[in-house]
Amino acid sequence: MAIAKRQFDAIVVGAGGSGMRAALELAEANLRVAVLSKVFPTRSHTVAAQGGVSASLGNDEPDNWHWHMYDTVKGSDYLGDQDAIEFMCRKAVEVVVELEHYGMPFDRLDNGKIYQRPFGGHTSNYGERPVKRACAAADRTGHAMLHTLYQRNVRAHTQFFVEWMALDLIRNSEGDVLGVVALEMETGEVMILQAKATLLATGGAGRIYAASTNAFINTGDGLGMAARAGIPLEDMEFWQFHPTGVAGAGVLITEGVRGEGGFLLNKNGERFMERYAPTVKDLASRDVVSRAMATEIKEGRGAGKDGDYILLKLDHLGAEVIDKRLPGIREIAKKFANVDPVTDPIPVVPTCHYQMGGIPTNYQGQVVVPDGRGGETTVRGLYAAGECSCVSVHGANRLGTNSLLDLLVFGKASGETIIADLEANSGSQQDLPKDAGDATLARLARLDSATSGETIARVGADLRRTMQLHCGVFRFPDGLAEGVRMMKDIALRSQRTFIKDKSRVFNTARVEALELDNLVETALSTMISADARKESRGAHDRSDHHERDDVNWLKHTLWFKEGNRLDYKPVKLKPLSVESFEPKARVY
Amino acid sequence: MSPRNPTLDRVRWRCRRGMLELDLVLNAFLERDFATLDPRKVEALCALLERPDPELLDFVMGHQEPAEADERELVGLMRTVNTSIAA
Ligand SMILES: Cc1cc2nc3c(=O)[nH]c(=O)nc-3n(C[C@H](O)[C@H](O)[C@H](O)COP(=O)(O)OP(=O)(O)OC[C@H]3O[C@@H](n4cnc5c(N)ncnc54)[C@H](O)[C@@H]3O)c2cc1C
Repeated sequence: MAIAKRQFDAIVVGAGGSGMRAALELAEANLRVAVLSKVFPTRSHTVAAQGGVSASLGNDEPDNWHWHMYDTVKGSDYLGDQDAIEFMCRKAVEVVVELEHYGMPFDRLDNGKIYQRPFGGHTSNYGERPVKRACAAADRTGHAMLHTLYQRNVRAHTQFFVEWMALDLIRNSEGDVLGVVALEMETGEVMILQAKATLLATGGAGRIYAASTNAFINTGDGLGMAARAGIPLEDMEFWQFHPTGVAGAGVLITEGVRGEGGFLLNKNGERFMERYAPTVKDLASRDVVSRAMATEIKEGRGAGKDGDYILLKLDHLGAEVIDKRLPGIREIAKKFANVDPVTDPIPVVPTCHYQMGGIPTNYQGQVVVPDGRGGETTVRGLYAAGECSCVSVHGANRLGTNSLLDLLVFGKASGETIIADLEANSGSQQDLPKDAGDATLARLARLDSATSGETIARVGADLRRTMQLHCGVFRFPDGLAEGVRMMKDIALRSQRTFIKDKSRVFNTARVEALELDNLVETALSTMISADARKESRGAHDRSDHHERDDVNWLKHTLWFKEGNRLDYKPVKLKPLSVESFEPKARVY
Repeated sequence: MSPRNPTLDRVRWRCRRGMLELDLVLNAFLERDFATLDPRKVEALCALLERPDPELLDFVMGHQEPAEADERELVGLMRTVNTSIAA
């Protein structure tokens, strides 16, 4: 069957902070750029970011990019690539000031400069004390960023394809990427969008976990597209968890609740953090608290009929303190947990929040793969930026506010690289391979013709439950081994699903079926990479290998879909211009 | 098979938001109430869904009220959906 086709200079898949920052660079260089998004651009998940974006502006107190670099390297538990981290921290000031000039309504100091506040892990003078480095626009930083970038893109004549879902990459026999196959939701039509450059900016995939702070659209589509096209996924075992998401719903309960004196209980009413962290108790760091919670649940002391959550008690603070010091918490608890914390504890679990791994890129935004001779090579025509990419600046653990920074720096850098690459090979579009789109059409045809099978909801729920139980915040060797077996089975089951609704217009069931394919690649790569990494580093925490092992494991994982093969590549310890930060124990 | 309702299909997709809180509330609301909405309310719902996420969240959490009566009524319904799974 012939598929309709359109041509562009560049295609950006994703209209979050990273995609729109890249698109702006391209459109302002007068390239013909198409931006695809499953949802209206300003409804991308970036809208949920509240905390802020980091940059060592030094507006309120001394700060510099080298301190920021130190914090980021240390935060990454030394798995971050130091060339990319230097690049990001140096560029931070430029991209934030640029955003200010685009009209971003940052909070301000009395002297008119951008207001900055402290944020966990960000310090002055190489870990000496907290530093004010986060720039915010009230509690709507992500929203303001999207809005600013969207307006600017409209001015620059970026062409948006809203409610379009990219399904697969098109690669020719040389391995060059020539565009995407995409679905227009309104009509149900499939089209080839051909381009000289394709940028994946599809965001995170936090929906692989049953407990997730991520919106429903975060299904790892870019990861699935890359994996199906033979491109490896890097460091997928590293996912950041937040200790207190509402059980079942995932909605975040701020750390401030424990700061004000709330504490955690197991099903016996025991304040168990006293056993794990006798001095700081419930105020221990995120990973310590999350691990303790996971251990209580695993050892049968979780609350609820399935024993699968922990209780966050704050009634002893009294209604007045709760209302005054923790505004909004009562409404959140009532709405999403069905409890009033003034009288009852809130059921909580460690909740997946951020994906550190992703599509391997260099700091110019080019996708890189092993060259078969021990080095790496770029994939011509393919770029990635934002949470779906692994540059890797976050390594094994991301610092708060460094993600929005990553979107701006690498969104811009990938745009600049695309412009340079297109100038260097100023050819016309390459010929599409004869079978372009066939694999995608076959996937759709299977869904259209299947008359029986498992539902998407059921396979999806099993996937999320398996990931939560077997590859959560604290990992046990038997659980991982069993998890690998179960995930492989779920991957097979996902090819035998069935949807009742075969209509075309805005068929959400069909979209969810296609998203499931991407969740499967993401989850499988995570489970297999985690099972193989026999150490604990950053967010990857194993009960049987409790220490970081720099001798054997100071390296990046690469997972290939074909045969579930793993490969490894060295961490880039050499920065661009300064001395390397040598791995040290990570204590705060 | 029952005939599709194209408006519901479209609305269902537009209830996919950037914020998890809204995904949860809007989808639960659709399941419970969409069938009972008259055409004017459906139109008001479509208008509501055009609002930015932070504004919708303020409505749903009761921090703000929409100016328009039909929208106010819908928001009132949204505030009563129960999205908890655990309790
Ligand atoms: C609750 C919460 C709070 C946070 N707060 C902060 C913070 O304060 N500071 C910070 O630095 N970080 C924060 N983060 C992390 C940060 O918000 C994200 O990492 C970041 O916004 C991701 O941006 P992105 O551009 O990569 O992708 P997103 O903003 O997720 O955008 C992805 C885009 O891709 C599109 N897309 C996806 N798949 C397809 C497809 N198949 N076809 C077409 N389009 C597709 C989507 O429609 C969307 O436009 C927070 C995260 C959460 C969950």
